[in-house]
Amino acid sequence: MSLDLQTFEHDVLVIGAGGAGLRAAIEAASTGVRVGLLCKSLLGKAHTVMAEGGVAASLANVDDRDNWRVHFSDTMRGGQYLNNPRMAELHAQEAPARVRELEAWGALFDRTHDGRILQRNFGGHRYPRLAHVGDRTGLEMIRTLQDHGIHAGIDVHMECTVLELLKDGERVTGVLAYDREHGRFRVHRARAIVLATGGIGRAYKITSNSWEYTGDGQGLAYRAGADLMDMEFVQFHPTGMVWPPSVRGILVTEGVRGEGGVLKNKEGRRFMFDDIPDNYKNQTADNEEEGWRYTQGDKEARRPPELLTRDHVARCINREVKAGRGSPHGGVFLDIAWIKEKLPNSVEHIKKKLPSMYHQFHQLAGLDITTTPMEVGPTTHYMMGGIRVEADTQMSRVPGLFAAGECAAGLHGANRLGGNSLSDLLVFGKRAGEHAAKFAKQQKGGSIDEAHVETSVKRALEPFERPTSGGENPYAVQHDLQEMMQDLVGIVRTEEEMRKALEGLAKLEDRARRVHVDGNREFNPGWHTALDLENLLTVSRAIAMSAIERKESRGAHFREDFQAKSDAFSKFNHVVRRGSDGSMQLAREPLPPQSDEHKQIIAEMK
Amino acid sequence: MTNATFRIWRGDAKGGEARDYVTDVTEGMVVLDAVHQIQAESAPDLAARWNCKAGKCGSCSAEINGAPRLMCMTRLEELPLDEPVTIQPMKAFPSIRDLVSDVSWNFAVKKRIKKFTPRPPDAADGTWRMAQVDVDRVQEFRKCIECFLCQDVCHVLREHSKHDEFIGPRFLVYAAALEMHPLDVADRLGDLKDDMGIGYCNITKCCTKVCPENITITDNAIIPLKERVVDRFYDPVHALVRLFKR
Ligand SMILES: Cc1cc2nc3c(=O)[nH]c(=O)nc-3n(C[C@H](O)[C@H](O)[C@H](O)COP(=O)(O)OP(=O)(O)OC[C@H]3O[C@@H](n4cnc5c(N)ncnc54)[C@H](O)[C@@H]3O)c2cc1C
Ligand code: SF4
Ligand code: SF4
Ligand code: FES
Repeated sequence: MSLDLQTFEHDVLVIGAGGAGLRAAIEAASTGVRVGLLCKSLLGKAHTVMAEGGVAASLANVDDRDNWRVHFSDTMRGGQYLNNPRMAELHAQEAPARVRELEAWGALFDRTHDGRILQRNFGGHRYPRLAHVGDRTGLEMIRTLQDHGIHAGIDVHMECTVLELLKDGERVTGVLAYDREHGRFRVHRARAIVLATGGIGRAYKITSNSWEYTGDGQGLAYRAGADLMDMEFVQFHPTGMVWPPSVRGILVTEGVRGEGGVLKNKEGRRFMFDDIPDNYKNQTADNEEEGWRYTQGDKEARRPPELLTRDHVARCINREVKAGRGSPHGGVFLDIAWIKEKLPNSVEHIKKKLPSMYHQFHQLAGLDITTTPMEVGPTTHYMMGGIRVEADTQMSRVPGLFAAGECAAGLHGANRLGGNSLSDLLVFGKRAGEHAAKFAKQQKGGSIDEAHVETSVKRALEPFERPTSGGENPYAVQHDLQEMMQDLVGIVRTEEEMRKALEGLAKLEDRARRVHVDGNREFNPGWHTALDLENLLTVSRAIAMSAIERKESRGAHFREDFQAKSDAFSKFNHVVRRGSDGSMQLAREPLPPQSDEHKQIIAEMK
Repeated sequence: MTNATFRIWRGDAKGGEARDYVTDVTEGMVVLDAVHQIQAESAPDLAARWNCKAGKCGSCSAEINGAPRLMCMTRLEELPLDEPVTIQPMKAFPSIRDLVSDVSWNFAVKKRIKKFTPRPPDAADGTWRMAQVDVDRVQEFRKCIECFLCQDVCHVLREHSKHDEFIGPRFLVYAAALEMHPLDVADRLGDLKDDMGIGYCNITKCCTKVCPENITITDNAIIPLKERVVDRFYDPVHALVRLFKR
């Protein structure tokens, strides 16, 4: 087959233009290397744009007791100590500087009375720590990075999807991609590659994630020989919209609870007071009045139980619904309107603090959140697991292959705290960019594996060539996968159901090999959906396999058949890699050791 | 269950036609849901852009029954369903395929605008102090999700194709956000007059009407910028002062 391929040359190639990818590209470009940036959508549309609540950094502008040590210990506690402690340390130490840097690049965060960056409360953070802009922090962040990045000499290729990583021996040397507009294939050569492709939410039916989140980075890295770690830990955000059906899953920011919103069942009871985990008892209010005072900045007050970690709140909601105490459409009530009892100007206040939530419910559900409680339920939100990387450099096991942001693993352990993702993107995006550039400078250009390119192109075109009759519809395969993962590997898991999921996956993998698409290669979403299936199936299998083997409940992973936390499972991470026969292998890797300082901080702040 | 007909433009830069698709309608559905259903049922290769499905990314812009709107924020309940709902791509930009238009011009325009240039930090630790009231005004402009619906509706671009001379309302909002940024010290007034063509805007306010983020584009961004330009370049007293200052 003679291939008419466009080729491009870079020193560092960044895949993904969310917060992590943009930050990495900016950093790499600042060292003078040639940087390319590929993304599936247009610039500024990546998932980061949707983040609402804020970015976590111990600036201590609102509460001067905050510092990196507290942030570190909060992150470790939230992650149930499966986190990579060195990553948690770097993250807590460097987040403040990364946030201030955004301000120097034009970001305009909400202000304190004395003109500094304002910070808000969020689940699991001991002090008000989230720098924010109303409830559109992600937009502010991505636009700031985008507007800064377009003047940094980065070679941006929008609406290009990477299909395969290409290697020369052990090392990555480029990628095969196609442009969505024409469906033409292209090769980008690079000496170092940064994956910043985001999450996997599209493996589930109810999700806050967009079509882009098909686990591409995880799938690409896995096929190239990298490790995937902690894949059992999928975060279900407690509050997604549940009604009307077409908006099911769309996120309702935790900021609603941070501003004083409360959760109630249909009996009007604040059920979150009924179940406060022991390790959070000291920090949690035991009455409604104290909880309210906390949200209004009273430093003596403890946080209301609505602001416990996401895994816990999601399970409590699940329990209420299952027990028949839910709202009419299978959720519970989230009420911010009640604050009118406390604040005379509550309507204006809510609109000012939560403008896009106001807008979202008003337009999509015909509901006014300043007067009426919302109905909410859990939604698939975030992937804690992902590509296993070295803490300081973000390099994976594959030389020259780096990963940052949601597609990388390590920082969040078994559960991520809200606001810790945006800071993750900045801290580790920068580090990945810096170390990728350094790595690139030390390499000579490698060669491109043409045979690999050829077979990959051929495979990508197969869906057009398969006969229509007996062919599978890619949308139907994707849909069935989402239903199955939602039902069998969701918030509450059992061995039996997950075994069924593995069987189901084998069938779906088989169906995916028979997918047929119509039309031509130009901007054809049916074809794109078909091509996304492989990565979706890879991450789904990795999730199910890892989840079956973790025979305990910890963080976001909850087993009905093993409801307690188990000491035996507190000492390792699950790692998934491709075996020499091409099958998926699961291994236990001991946790990275905690330094004496780490241990000391954790003990102090227990 | 009821159904509705959607008359969707299918084609590319070479031409095309509107085709009818019938699909079921359920409670709370938005136009983008209908497009997705049609893709899954009968037109798998129907090209459309979207990401967030919550009015936050500005990807799904189209002309629905002739009005520029976000598909993900337009509920079917607002539209008369006894007649076909027409969905067309944004007309002020070249067609790529079906509902996808080529908006690359917008990205090129932005690059031409002088970038953010802050004054030196106020505090020794490298930070600045800004009052919320001074930030409020600019935060309104920074709500922009770059859906380019305002660009689509502006007659200077849409009817007169002044893409080379006029940057359009979106980028006047962007320039306003920079000019009114409490920290920014760069000067873009000369560029606004010449390169950005602010004079082409004759304040019809069509852009403001379609903005899904409810940014008061004309009154809060364009008119104050026009005033600044006039003050600088056309006010005789000012011109004199400037002459002496040289
Ligand atoms: C609704 C919502 C609200 C949130 N709110 C918060 C919050 O308040 N605080 C917080 O900290 N976190 C929040 N999060 C989480 C956070 O937004 C995400 O985890 C984070 O933005 C991920 O950023 P990223 O840079 O890793 O990836 P993304 O921003 O998702 O970017 C991924 C990029 O990779 C590209 N890409 C993917 N696959 C390919 C491929 N094959 N080829 C080429 N390009 C590819 C995409 O096009 C995209 O540009 C929220 C998430 C959601 C969904
Ligand atoms: S007010 Fe100006 S920018 Fe807006 S649509 Fe009218 S002419 Fe265009
Ligand atoms: S100003 Fe409004 S209409 Fe124009 S691009 Fe921005 S959000 Fe869209
Ligand atoms: S899909 Fe994001 S604005 Fe419509």
